Amino acid sequence: MTATGRMDFRGGVHPPERKSLSADAAIEVLPTPPEVRIPLVQHIGAPCESLVKPKTPVAMGEMIGKAGGFVSAPVHASIDGTCGMADVTTLPNARHVAVIPITAGPQTLSGQGLWDAIFGGEWPTRHLEDHAPQQIVEAIQAAGIVGQGGAAFPTHVKLVRNETKPIDTLLVNGCECEPYLTADHRMMIQLPGPIISGALLAAQAADAKQIIIAIEDNKPVAIDNLRRAVRGTKIQVVVLPTHYPMGGEKMTIRAALGRVVPTGGLPLDVGVVVINVGTAAAIARAVLRGKPLTHRVVTVTGSGVARPRNLLAPIGVSYKTLIEHCGGLTDQAARVLSGGPMMGLAIGNLDTPVTKGTSGITVLTSQEARKAEELQCIRCGRCVDVCPVGLVPTKIALACRFKDWDLARRYHLDACIECGCCAYICPSGIPLVQLMRMGKAEIPRKKK
Amino acid sequence: MSQAQQPAPAAGSQPPAEPVLIVAPSPHMGNIAQTTRRMMLDVLLALVPVIVASMAVFGLYAIQQIALCMLACMAFEAMFSMLRGKGLTIIDGSAAVTGAILALSLPWSAPWYVGVVGSLIAIGIAKIIFGGLGQNLFNPAMVGRAFVMIAFAGVMGASAYVAPASRTDAPHAVTQATPMTARREAARKPAVATAPAAAATQPATDWNYVKRLFWGNVNGSLGETSAAACILGAVYLLIRRTASWEIPLGMVGTAAVIAGLMNLAQGGGPELLLHHLFGGALLFGAVYIATDPVTSPLTPRGKLIFGAGCGALVMLLRVFSGYPEGVMFAVLLMNSVVPLINRWTIPTPIGGPAPVKA
Repeated sequence: MTATGRMDFRGGVHPPERKSLSADAAIEVLPTPPEVRIPLVQHIGAPCESLVKPKTPVAMGEMIGKAGGFVSAPVHASIDGTCGMADVTTLPNARHVAVIPITAGPQTLSGQGLWDAIFGGEWPTRHLEDHAPQQIVEAIQAAGIVGQGGAAFPTHVKLVRNETKPIDTLLVNGCECEPYLTADHRMMIQLPGPIISGALLAAQAADAKQIIIAIEDNKPVAIDNLRRAVRGTKIQVVVLPTHYPMGGEKMTIRAALGRVVPTGGLPLDVGVVVINVGTAAAIARAVLRGKPLTHRVVTVTGSGVARPRNLLAPIGVSYKTLIEHCGGLTDQAARVLSGGPMMGLAIGNLDTPVTKGTSGITVLTSQEARKAEELQCIRCGRCVDVCPVGLVPTKIALACRFKDWDLARRYHLDACIECGCCAYICPSGIPLVQLMRMGKAEIPRKKK
Repeated sequence: MSQAQQPAPAAGSQPPAEPVLIVAPSPHMGNIAQTTRRMMLDVLLALVPVIVASMAVFGLYAIQQIALCMLACMAFEAMFSMLRGKGLTIIDGSAAVTGAILALSLPWSAPWYVGVVGSLIAIGIAKIIFGGLGQNLFNPAMVGRAFVMIAFAGVMGASAYVAPASRTDAPHAVTQATPMTARREAARKPAVATAPAAAATQPATDWNYVKRLFWGNVNGSLGETSAAACILGAVYLLIRRTASWEIPLGMVGTAAVIAGLMNLAQGGGPELLLHHLFGGALLFGAVYIATDPVTSPLTPRGKLIFGAGCGALVMLLRVFSGYPEGVMFAVLLMNSVVPLINRWTIPTPIGGPAPVKA
């Protein structure tokens, strides 16, 4: 249709992909766990308000937490059962949040039945314009959908029509550039139907004329599959080079459309809205069937896991349950990550629950994990070469370390997207991205 | 509470000992192919062709001088870092690199103590005083060389490069002025018959001489004789991405442009240009000295400016200064403006600068 971008971006790194561990493992339905613990905050935005009391029986899909504002998303029971006493847990991002435990009761849906209920049946690609934009946004909001790529921003906020900044393009992000993770990959292979329906509905809501599904070229099966599936629709499948951090939305937009999102701005500023493939599938389910987001696909992988696989798991199930379903940790397991190795967060407690933003669990062995040994900076400039934003990470990190906020600002700390390329490439093992992240967190406090 | 309700572990596995989970910041993968140590090793590997060439031209003397400087640098590094309570920093390999480059920048007739004193200054004054690896403003090897050049002017000046008749072990090829000295002598007295040594090498029109410069069968400092060896090392460093291409390109490119203009002004074929490119330490400096990451700018644009500045200064010094070779001073002078270059070349992030919040 229309001309697209230059198909790549400057900088970036090529970490070993290691996707073969789980790339061929079809998504498996996790047997209903005895307990799930559903956090009341699973997104960026205001926390939810609990709607249940201890010993309340709940059914799968029932709302148990009401959204705490417009930039918020409700949470729903992911299994049938009985609520327990509200508790507190620490999410991988170190945020302490309230959780509502649900003890499993006699389950009405599990296994193939659950799969069919969530993804089965026909997913229409025609006559979706019958759904009014407002109606779509409301359905998404009621279903509690947040971005499933990791940042977990409430999706309805992105799709609301904005008179001053019209959207012309919906970009469905299937890049999945993090090493190891294959959840999006498997969804694109096994579930093109809901992804396409969801993309069309999202475009309808946002009034986007152009719909692009962007996939990295290391997923040829997914590309072929989606190309076949989009025939007869206005959706284009665009193949981008495998290049970390291609999946970061600013990079995807740059590569696929040649548009540059301004620093401090949003894709909205260049007329684009980006959703993840898993989010698209959830949108289809919410709008066409009125079902809330209760389950998501999670990759459990890494050399530290006995049998890496992709699982359809209820929100709130513990990492421990998932890992045990995959044969448990091996003797070499040293680091358990929420997410992939480039941007994932290491966790110290396997009771952590899966949230709507959990794309995978990666277990690294001590040989694979980056060593913590830090040497002097030799000012080689490799971090400058790989920074996809065009920053001088070593200077900014140094400024953050010594709390020289003026210097950090002069070197544009605010533009950092925290992709971690600089720390990945650093020959001296300096935790550059960590220092910048800390700096970004501290700068506003120092301003006032 | 939740602990007790966790399901039993998969059958067949031993009782699950709580795994030791290490919490560390992302990214959790690193680029193990290139560590600081590996980069230093890369430089040493890239120096191998240069060292081989210098052994071919200068024989046993080259091996002695290189080994002596490397050992001296490592010994001084160990000594000073112990004194500072920093442990054994020689394992990072940077002292060995400094020693090798210092040795290769010395004339073949330099006595042993020149290398040792140069190493002492390079490590003690130029590096450790600033705080060790990564902290120094000036290239340590060049500071060491600058010191001995002034302190031992007698054995280090232009005359050092002319072999005394008594040194019969020196290969015949090197018993002459360095290409740069010869070049200048020839240029200064174009009409008058030049000194015999210079006349013998009268280079401007001699393709054979350019060939000898390229392959390295000429006089000069230990490391600078063979352009071919330097180019080989450069290719390796660039493939490994241990050196950035901007500095060598900026330096050689600028020198080539200036030499080319001079060539045009004086008339004649491209021999003068090639003489300037292959002769002296221009290539050695561009590949191994100016590319020192610590003392060069961080940004690609800054690196180009730095390289261009080095190239321009080398040509300026070659044409006007009393020293036979300008690479050392050019690099040291440009080192001193690196902080300024870094400041001038702060890149604007893609997407523009962050808007100032009200």
